[in-house]
Amino acid sequence: MADLKICKAPDSLTTLGLGSCVGVALYDSSTKVCGLVHVMLPYSTQIRNNSNIAKFADTGIVECLRLMVAAGANRNRITAKIAGGATMFTLSSNNDTMRVGERNAAACKEVLKKENIRLLAEDTGLNYGRTVVLDGNTGNYLIKAVGKPDKVI
Amino acid sequence: MGAIDLNDMNQTYFDVLSEIGNIGSGNATTALAQLLNRKIDMSVPRVALLGFDHFTELIGSEEDLMLGILFGIEGDIDGMMMFLLRPESAHVLVNALMGTDNHGQEFTEMELSAVNEVGNIISGAYLNSLATLTNMTIVPTPPSCTLDMAGAILSVPAIEFGKIGDKMLMIETQMGQGEAINGYFLLIPNLESYDKILSALHVI
Repeated sequence: MADLKICKAPDSLTTLGLGSCVGVALYDSSTKVCGLVHVMLPYSTQIRNNSNIAKFADTGIVECLRLMVAAGANRNRITAKIAGGATMFTLSSNNDTMRVGERNAAACKEVLKKENIRLLAEDTGLNYGRTVVLDGNTGNYLIKAVGKPDKVI
Repeated sequence: MGAIDLNDMNQTYFDVLSEIGNIGSGNATTALAQLLNRKIDMSVPRVALLGFDHFTELIGSEEDLMLGILFGIEGDIDGMMMFLLRPESAHVLVNALMGTDNHGQEFTEMELSAVNEVGNIISGAYLNSLATLTNMTIVPTPPSCTLDMAGAILSVPAIEFGKIGDKMLMIETQMGQGEAINGYFLLIPNLESYDKILSALHVI
């Protein structure tokens, strides 16, 4: 959580139990360099204490792209898939708190668009947690959820 | 800026918060024990200050299936309270209340509603004792409950703390360890509320 990692095939990247957080999978199919950002909050500019760049959609995605390019990825060929951003609980009050999943997913999409990264697929929203695995060999993004069949996007 | 700095917590704060957990979860456990007419033990509360990569360790692994009941805290302080049960435990609880005999990982609407009601009773007991102790108004919102991975459930309070830093502070008590009904109470006030609690108790 609030972390980012990169790797190269044949390795894979995974993050367990995404709730309202969003797992942004970045992949360059030519060099098979992968990146995964576990986004916790939308924008670093909205938060005073924002030194942890992996925590936010804007800074996390940009940093992950930078690391991938440094590891040999071709910036123009990197594509994205996103998953997570669920609304785990529905409370009558604290609406802003409860909708953070939606806002995370929206922010990730905005940042990807701004960075000219094509979003190939997404599995976001709804009300359940997800475990995700980004396969370094294929760029497949496996999504596992409780009581649901595995899904690959 | 509040008086508490998560990077500079002193032992007195930990001791006082732990005592709050002790009183609150003591009352909550008693309420549950009375409801079920059975004896339930509880552990010494832990005041946990954890980074986001570690906080699920309190409960187990991120992918452990848990039934989580979340309450917002309103009144003089803000924050969240959570009651976590493993599915097996939740079934024992529901079966004892409803006279049924269900097991496994599925819950009906009716069963979830019963779990919510139990959550209401015990969170009320927890927060009432805290309110009496601090002489503040502290009430829970109606609950919301979900059966999912522990990591996903705990991401909700973690995100709240993510807005102010990279650590999360909560008061955790385990009850019924090693018994048929066991679970966790998590009291997770927001940072300003910790200040209010501690100053109400004349600690700061």
